[in-house]
Amino acid sequence: MAHIQVEENIPGIRSLVLFRPETGKPLYDLAQVLLRGPSSLSEAERELIAAYVSYRNECIFCMSSHAAAARCLYGPDKNLVDEVLHDMQQSGVSDKLKALLHIAGKVQVLGREVTPEDIAAARVLGADDREIHDTVLIAAAFSMFNRYVDGLASFTPTDLAVYEAMGERMAKGYVLPASPEPK
Amino acid sequence: MPHINFNNDFPGIRSAMAYSPETAAPMGVLAEILLRSEDGLSRAERELIGTYVSYLNDCFYCNHSHGAIACIYLDGDNELVEQVRKDYSKAPVSDKLKSLLAIAAKVQRGGKNVTTADVELAKEKGATDKDIHDTVLIAAAFCMFNRYVDGLATITPTDMDSYPLRAKQIVDNGYGNHVFTNKQPT
Repeated sequence: MAHIQVEENIPGIRSLVLFRPETGKPLYDLAQVLLRGPSSLSEAERELIAAYVSYRNECIFCMSSHAAAARCLYGPDKNLVDEVLHDMQQSGVSDKLKALLHIAGKVQVLGREVTPEDIAAARVLGADDREIHDTVLIAAAFSMFNRYVDGLASFTPTDLAVYEAMGERMAKGYVLPASPEPK
Repeated sequence: MPHINFNNDFPGIRSAMAYSPETAAPMGVLAEILLRSEDGLSRAERELIGTYVSYLNDCFYCNHSHGAIACIYLDGDNELVEQVRKDYSKAPVSDKLKSLLAIAAKVQRGGKNVTTADVELAKEKGATDKDIHDTVLIAAAFCMFNRYVDGLATITPTDMDSYPLRAKQIVDNGYGNHVFTNKQPT
């Protein structure tokens, strides 16, 4: 049960933004611009960074839902998502994306962990300023979302089919859920 | 030196926000609601939670920026801000705020650390569901802001006299894109 009185049976962050839509709106707007806005990183790659950070933060809800969104966006290459979550360095993603995921993993620990060497390694593999910026901010934002979802003990479904449907919806974008009709 | 070329010389989060105004906009709105809403928790209490989490995350820029803002709301009582950082359990703040700072510290380490007992204690001390919600989200949001600031190695001003000037700008005008579109206070 959640730590505060939220609508029952509504999973994860949805229940929290329905509790406080004033903060929910900028949170969804941030997710939309970061994960769906213009970027030279694909939407699938950005969702994968989000899922990877959520995995490292052991946030089952965010990891499962963003992994599902990434699988949906990767389409025929969806196995890459599970490869990264199993062993990022041995996965089939590009060396550039591995270097960015490595930076994301450092940010997950703490901002100061990112070294000039980490940045230089990503640049050699073709990452530009914008991609480094977006990677750091996605990792930082999920360090927030994960804590928000788990810090209030929001409902985490255990049925994987629920996440598959959620991933398909998320792949289309992030829109603040409307309040349920008053009973 | 920052990890990327921001094309500006603003300090701390301002440089990253000026570089990426599209993402700065929702972050500014979030900060404005979380830190300046006067519904339940006061502005001073909200800033103290943000300062404390930034201190725990060892983010010098955010710790001192928000500490300076809290100080203004506390009529210049910088000693109280310092006491909260060092050992809030002995600081002259309410038991309710102490119980919320304990929750914020748990969130800083990871959301799952917050227990039902932590929340029950805060409710016993008078915290509402919204107070608990806002505390958890302020702590979580600073885990983002701190990582954004330090993960890109933004410039941290060493002139401590510059922090109260920027703090006054926030107290007077709130959070939002004006912090990097207007001239920096001197």
